Amino acid sequence: MDALTDLTLHEAAAQLRAGQVSSAELTEACLARIAAVDPRLNAFLAVTPEMARAAAAAADERLAAWRRDPAVPLHPLAGMPLAIKDVLCVRGTPTTAGSRILQGFQPPYTATAVQRLLEAGVVVLGKTNCDEFAMGSSTENSGYGPTRNPWDTSRVPGGSSGGSAAAVAARLAFGALGTDTGGSIRQPASFCGLAGLKTSYGRVSRYGLIAFGSSLDTIGTLARSVADAALIYSAIAGHDPLDATSMPQPVAPVALEGASLQGLRLGVPREYFIPGMQAEVEAAVRAAVSTLAGLGAEVVEISLPHTEYALPVYYLVAPAEASANLARFDGVRYGLRLSGSGQVGLSSLWEQYEATRGAGFGPEVKRRIMLGTYALSAGYYDAYYGQAQKVRTLIKRDFDQAFQQVDVIACPVAPTTAFALGAKAGDPLSMYLEDVFTLPPSLAGICGLSLPCGFDGQGLPIGLQLLGPALGEDRVLRAGHVYEQATEWHTRRPPL
Amino acid sequence: MPGGRQRLDDIIRHMALTQEEVEHIAALARLRLTDDEKAHFREQLSAILDHMALLRRVDTSDIEPTASVLPLRSVLRPDVVTPSLPPGELLALAPAAEAQMFRVPPVLE
Repeated sequence: MDALTDLTLHEAAAQLRAGQVSSAELTEACLARIAAVDPRLNAFLAVTPEMARAAAAAADERLAAWRRDPAVPLHPLAGMPLAIKDVLCVRGTPTTAGSRILQGFQPPYTATAVQRLLEAGVVVLGKTNCDEFAMGSSTENSGYGPTRNPWDTSRVPGGSSGGSAAAVAARLAFGALGTDTGGSIRQPASFCGLAGLKTSYGRVSRYGLIAFGSSLDTIGTLARSVADAALIYSAIAGHDPLDATSMPQPVAPVALEGASLQGLRLGVPREYFIPGMQAEVEAAVRAAVSTLAGLGAEVVEISLPHTEYALPVYYLVAPAEASANLARFDGVRYGLRLSGSGQVGLSSLWEQYEATRGAGFGPEVKRRIMLGTYALSAGYYDAYYGQAQKVRTLIKRDFDQAFQQVDVIACPVAPTTAFALGAKAGDPLSMYLEDVFTLPPSLAGICGLSLPCGFDGQGLPIGLQLLGPALGEDRVLRAGHVYEQATEWHTRRPPL
Repeated sequence: MPGGRQRLDDIIRHMALTQEEVEHIAALARLRLTDDEKAHFREQLSAILDHMALLRRVDTSDIEPTASVLPLRSVLRPDVVTPSLPPGELLALAPAAEAQMFRVPPVLE
């Protein structure tokens, strides 16, 4: 008999409602599996068993009340154990953003996205590991050690939401929240064989999200099926008065039942199939496009001519924004504080800043702060940051024009499958190149779904990326669901 | 803008950062770096900035910058007092606090 943790979120939710299993049982099953398996993965930075058990007990009472009287409101996610990426503030949990500069920090408030899940009756199991301040594509930049890929523990799970991806793929949680600024949900979903949804910029409130790139950060979901990812998404999306950049438009309901690809115009961008990408990845994505065509989609070749500029644009804009956002970590109000050397004749407050930040930030974070500071500095602002912002307009325009010809765009998520831990350690630029297919949609602020479309010769998952226009989540989720249901990639499990 | 593109080229062409530039950036960013870090960052940042030179190929003479992808501008809310976080809780997070203030080392001029 399969373990409870092998169920999909939907299957578990159905059993909860039918009274076949309790939230307490699901929660204990997850906590036990975390204790047994997570030492090998390091997916969790903090497990919160007391909070989880209290939430499970409350959910079980609610479920019992609903079974007695179906008029009692009950959210579809009530009682479901989920994991939360550690860049999201959750009151009562340590929140570090994967950084030593926030070691021991206990936020006094909870992020809106998480608050909405808590109000739905979700059970938060704990906070997952990530690249420090969400900067990275492998989770190797975490100040608390890397997370390992459940499909092959000598490899990375991707990043920056690697902890969330590993936790869900290894069945330690039924789903998770992650964040995606340049690919940080889509790429780990691809490396770990999951459905990973990057929401449109402004679709989910960023209140309580520790900021990295304020014009790029999005919160989204990782799960073992598209329907599971869609359900979590529906609970967190929507306008929030606490976030002035949250979109006021109502959230289009995601109706997956009876979804069809008939008449869907599917764009395939020629610039996303490049020399140097892993042959098996290209083959799997092209095969997926054929499958989609067989299911009724009309395939249209399109061009997104400014694709090659997305990497330099992103690695100027994002670090520039990060350099401003991370200025707040100065040892004054919270987090790590180191005193300066106390040398005579020097400002000791400045020394506190320099010593705290020098010791508290890891190398990738320092690298990006330096890059961003340089790009914004006097004499260089127009040449670097200004020019990048203008090219960003052209990249966004490519997508606006493409979505006039097609409904959904299909392309790879990453040029490779999961690489070995340490393989890209010495070369930051080679790590940045992992993001080439996920960066352009981030710069344009559109939505994207990563879902499994095959495995390579080493048994490592390959992801397909489906892109939709801003606020077009329902469209990509429907297309993804149809593809997923017609294939079996998502039913395969890592050996762990 | 006549001469504007040439000027852009001039700025982006000189890619390799000097030791002084690295120290200047670190000072602006309030980061204390070891000598090893300065050397590594100098090399890595120079390589990364080299790659950014790709951007000078793009003609952006008539293009507006995108500061935000959203169509929203000047999002306002009613001027009404709403509850904030309790000062005691916030001060409890600080490494050093006293009498509802954050205690810091002196700034010496």
